[in-house]
Amino acid sequence: MEFNNNMPIYLQVIHKLKQDIVTGKLRPGEKMLSSREYSHELGLNFNTVARVYKEMEMENIVFTKRGLGTFITESTEKIEIIRYEMAKELLENFVNGMEHIGFTRKDMVEFINK
Amino acid sequence: MKELLDITNLTKKYYNKVALDDVTISFEKGKIYGLMGPNGSGKTTLMKVIIGLHKQTSGNVLINDNPLSYKTKCFVSYMPTENFLYESFKVKDIVKYYSDMYPDFRSDYAMEILKEINVDIEFRVSKLSSGLIGKLKVALALSRDTLIYLLDEPLNGVDVLARDAIMDLIVKSYNENKVFIISSHLVSETEKILDSVVFLKDGKVELCGDAEELRQQHGMSIENLYKEVYK
Repeated sequence: MEFNNNMPIYLQVIHKLKQDIVTGKLRPGEKMLSSREYSHELGLNFNTVARVYKEMEMENIVFTKRGLGTFITESTEKIEIIRYEMAKELLENFVNGMEHIGFTRKDMVEFINK
Repeated sequence: MKELLDITNLTKKYYNKVALDDVTISFEKGKIYGLMGPNGSGKTTLMKVIIGLHKQTSGNVLINDNPLSYKTKCFVSYMPTENFLYESFKVKDIVKYYSDMYPDFRSDYAMEILKEINVDIEFRVSKLSSGLIGKLKVALALSRDTLIYLLDEPLNGVDVLARDAIMDLIVKSYNENKVFIISSHLVSETEKILDSVVFLKDGKVELCGDAEELRQQHGMSIENLYKEVYK
């Protein structure tokens, strides 16, 4: 995975993991790599990855079972919420970009449907 | 201040130059620090003072609350920029030499790493490419089981693939009880493995902080921040 050093790296890793969850690459309830293993895989600082896991746990996207590891949430509703939030962000960027070049909402919908 | 490595008001003067000027900084265990700055900013001097090769002019350096002495030397593993390895030695001889010299040297670990990074132990140092020498030097420094690791320009003169291998090695060596201080000119390549960065300028601490926080605060990479600070 390539990282953009101009923004916090942990946010980029969280984004990637959310994508993997939403696309099903990471299944509900699946065991994740340990922070240590994942930091080796990504070639990143251990503390960065530990922070990623911590933040995602606070958002209830992953949970830790003491002594067993960290797992993806089993809640399909939660996964839908993540998908919705990602879609919302993509849409906002799209709408902003299109408005910038002079499209109205109506124009945009027509354009998409073409 | 009670961190693993505490530096207070450290000054190092030579007859015509002040290499370190009233430097106060702490290095916490469990972190990887990037020590950055142009040539002559004091990075190597700082490392040499910590390892005891240079005596400070004034100020204090405490390692685990102990002042610098022959006793604290064993807590520090230093990898200099220069190639200091005996050219006629085979790699395996160098490993033996290290294990004789340092009681904390982990030979098995060294052999494992060398195999992983494709350094043939039967080769003589004189026959090794700069990439392999670079990897070897880092492997030797990281095979010592100490608390503080000082790597002075570990990526210097090393090709891209070997650089990745060296950074992987550093990432894999992470330990919550140890501290790694890496000086490097190749800011863009090293920044993703760093917890914190320290920028030195003319022997003073110009800037220091958590890498991610700096990215957030300044909205740019550590490399771009470096360019801003030193332009």
